[in-house]
Amino acid sequence: MSGQIPLLIVGRLAIAAVTLLIISFAVFAAAQMLPGDVAEILLGQAATPQAVADLRAAMDLDSPALLRYANWLAGLATGDFGMSYVNRMPVAELISGRLANTLLLAATTTLIAVPVALLLGITTAMNQGSLYDRVITTGIISVISVPEFMIATLAVLIFAVWLKWLPALSLANEIHGLGDLLRVFAMPVITLSFVISAQMIRMTRAAVIETLKMPFIEMAVLKGASRGRIVLRHALPNAIGPIANAVALSLSYLLGGVIIVETIFNYPGVAKLMVDAVSTRDLPLIQSCAMLFCFGFLILTTCADVIAILANPRLRT
Amino acid sequence: MTKHEVSNWTLGDEAMVRDALRRGASRRDLLKMFLAGGIGLAAGSAILTRAGAALAAGPVKGGHLKAAGWSSSTSDTLDPAKASLSTDYVRCCSIYNRLTFLADGGKLQMELAEKIESADAKVWIITLKSGVTFHDGKSLTSADVVFSLNRHLDGNTGSKVNSIAKQMTEIKATGPLTVQITLANPNADLPTILALHHFMIVQDGTTDFSKGIGTGAFKLESFEPGVRSMMSRNPNYFKPGGAHLDSFEYFAISDETARVNAVLSGDIHLGASIKPQSMRLIESQTGVDLVKSTAGNYTNMNMRLDMAPGDKAGFIEGVKYLLDRELMRKSVMRGLAEVANDQPISPMNAYHNADLKPRAFDPDRAKSLFQKAGLLGETIPVVASEAATASVEMATVLQQAGSKIGMKFDIQRVPSDGYWSNYWLKAPVHFGNINPRPTPDILFSLLYTSTAPWNESQYKNDRFDTMVVEARGELDFAKRKAIYDELQVMVSDDAGTAIPLYLSNVDLKSSKVQGLEPNPLGGQMGYAMAEYLWLNA
Repeated sequence: MSGQIPLLIVGRLAIAAVTLLIISFAVFAAAQMLPGDVAEILLGQAATPQAVADLRAAMDLDSPALLRYANWLAGLATGDFGMSYVNRMPVAELISGRLANTLLLAATTTLIAVPVALLLGITTAMNQGSLYDRVITTGIISVISVPEFMIATLAVLIFAVWLKWLPALSLANEIHGLGDLLRVFAMPVITLSFVISAQMIRMTRAAVIETLKMPFIEMAVLKGASRGRIVLRHALPNAIGPIANAVALSLSYLLGGVIIVETIFNYPGVAKLMVDAVSTRDLPLIQSCAMLFCFGFLILTTCADVIAILANPRLRT
Repeated sequence: MTKHEVSNWTLGDEAMVRDALRRGASRRDLLKMFLAGGIGLAAGSAILTRAGAALAAGPVKGGHLKAAGWSSSTSDTLDPAKASLSTDYVRCCSIYNRLTFLADGGKLQMELAEKIESADAKVWIITLKSGVTFHDGKSLTSADVVFSLNRHLDGNTGSKVNSIAKQMTEIKATGPLTVQITLANPNADLPTILALHHFMIVQDGTTDFSKGIGTGAFKLESFEPGVRSMMSRNPNYFKPGGAHLDSFEYFAISDETARVNAVLSGDIHLGASIKPQSMRLIESQTGVDLVKSTAGNYTNMNMRLDMAPGDKAGFIEGVKYLLDRELMRKSVMRGLAEVANDQPISPMNAYHNADLKPRAFDPDRAKSLFQKAGLLGETIPVVASEAATASVEMATVLQQAGSKIGMKFDIQRVPSDGYWSNYWLKAPVHFGNINPRPTPDILFSLLYTSTAPWNESQYKNDRFDTMVVEARGELDFAKRKAIYDELQVMVSDDAGTAIPLYLSNVDLKSSKVQGLEPNPLGGQMGYAMAEYLWLNA
């Protein structure tokens, strides 16, 4: 049994390597299908054939795309993410600062959204069918249905433009302490929490309700265990697998899917970096960002599986 | 509501009145204009008093100003030769100076130069101001100017204005404060060309630009590419009084809505480049106002003279009469534009031909012209794209006007990606978008002479070509203006480029910010606003 988790992790890492390779090729192929290359995009209106040819030569873009892709892949194997085509800076340098910002925002959102979502999910399951349950459930459906740009834009209009309580921008470099952090992050974190917790609440509620119907819960009721003990000690460990998976899926969204929040609050994160890279056809940067998002996703799902195994002894076979 | 108030008065109107006052319109002219627009005398007077007071208040010293442009990236630079994004221009204008400065109304002022003279427009003598110092204490000499200008000729610099600088065949110091520039061919525009942003003066021998040592009104405090720059007032600035602000902070907010919201919420004092779509949100707010700079960028409809239907006499003129310019200005651009007269020199330019009136919207005349061309009832494909600002909306206005007289304009909306290489200059009828250029010579040589690289309608006229060269070497302003006036008439009448509007660059600012003027080089006072602005308490 003790060897099972390390074995799982090693297996997952092997699968991750293969997945990343496939993804990188898919991203490469998709980027090739986009009209125009980096030289044409940079020159815009001034893209005469001569100017494009000159710029391509100056940027070393003359070699075949497949060869450049192979070179980049070889570099990646040695830990080198390559150089950005657009500004000749190492991709690793471009990403590192942005990644720190993204992780800070993701961590803050996680710290707030996950406990709240679990609490609401478990309590609604315990009081299934009550007024409380119905209010929360209806609320969640409405939150899922409203797109995040709507929530974010409304929040800016109300709290920044009308009430002037919070800054309209989230400038990462203005964070010097906890107070600044709360002020600057209030609106982005609330917006993101709305988006990701809706799914977590519904999954938690469903999983807990499902487990509460099991015969062993009936047994616990019959032996006289308290409600709290039944849910936390008997039902939750059995429901934790699907909950952990729902949480992992929601959190993976915080890495690459927060482009709208980053744009509206002018927050310098990785998602915007990748969109900029796509619009300038900066292949090494696109590839590296895609790898990063994919890797984050794989880590989160692996964590979810490990948690499920640790929480439920029956899965350790 | 009292009778002194006007219910539909908007910030756009306010900006228009201030603009008119600044250009010397009399109180009487404006009141006449108000009456025509249904605004009573009492209310009109109140508006004028308010607008006048805003202009008359004097500068205040001190304060920290935060402003935001729209583009910034990790390739941001402090090297003026390489500047390419709005943030680069603003930063460079704050810490460096040019030899000359192009001000409101296209008037050329001397900046680091005391005077610039030439007898034949070919050999130019520049005399520098004395007593100008760099931020590190070194005095400005002719060596710095020679070094700065020569950099543009060196291929390794990567200068953005290499093609314009190439005409300077020799740049040499003739004294500690005098520089002699020899041109390949006579060009009376040299002093204006030296007012371009890239020709900022840096210190002789500079290779590392990260310190930002210039002669400008602000000293660089910190600079993070793609993030922000902070500057503080230069106490030893050569202009009397120096900058008004204590410090200046500049960065980019790429999303336009976010930029507007940041100004409205008071996070920043000024946001540049406001689009017409935001006008409705801004109009209802207090404590903010707009400054319009109609520098001369425009979206135009190009009909190639060498392809059907542009080759049929009457078609192009018909289209020019069928463009409802006033409707486009009001509904498409929400007032953030000025009606144009089918030629590229905007009213902001000293050479603009004010006698050449924009064509009035005249569907009947257009109909008879289309009839003459034998095209009435035909379907004309028009290529439009998001890539050319507001072109889809302009095409729709034309389409609707056409449908009333039996002309079918089939709008072919194509993606922005690849628009400039696949459709622009190529399709028989399509839209283009041209950025402002400071001199008529640059515009005509780029867009209308027979050999022009961007001859959008394939306009070819030998007399036009000769006159462009003649005007280039002409030092006498009046004679030169007469030639340019005629060239504008020729383009307006004969070229296949219909230019319905000059689009405005609009900056949104807190009402506390004062001193922002329109400029022919674009919004934010041609990016040079930092030294001219002040903050009212």
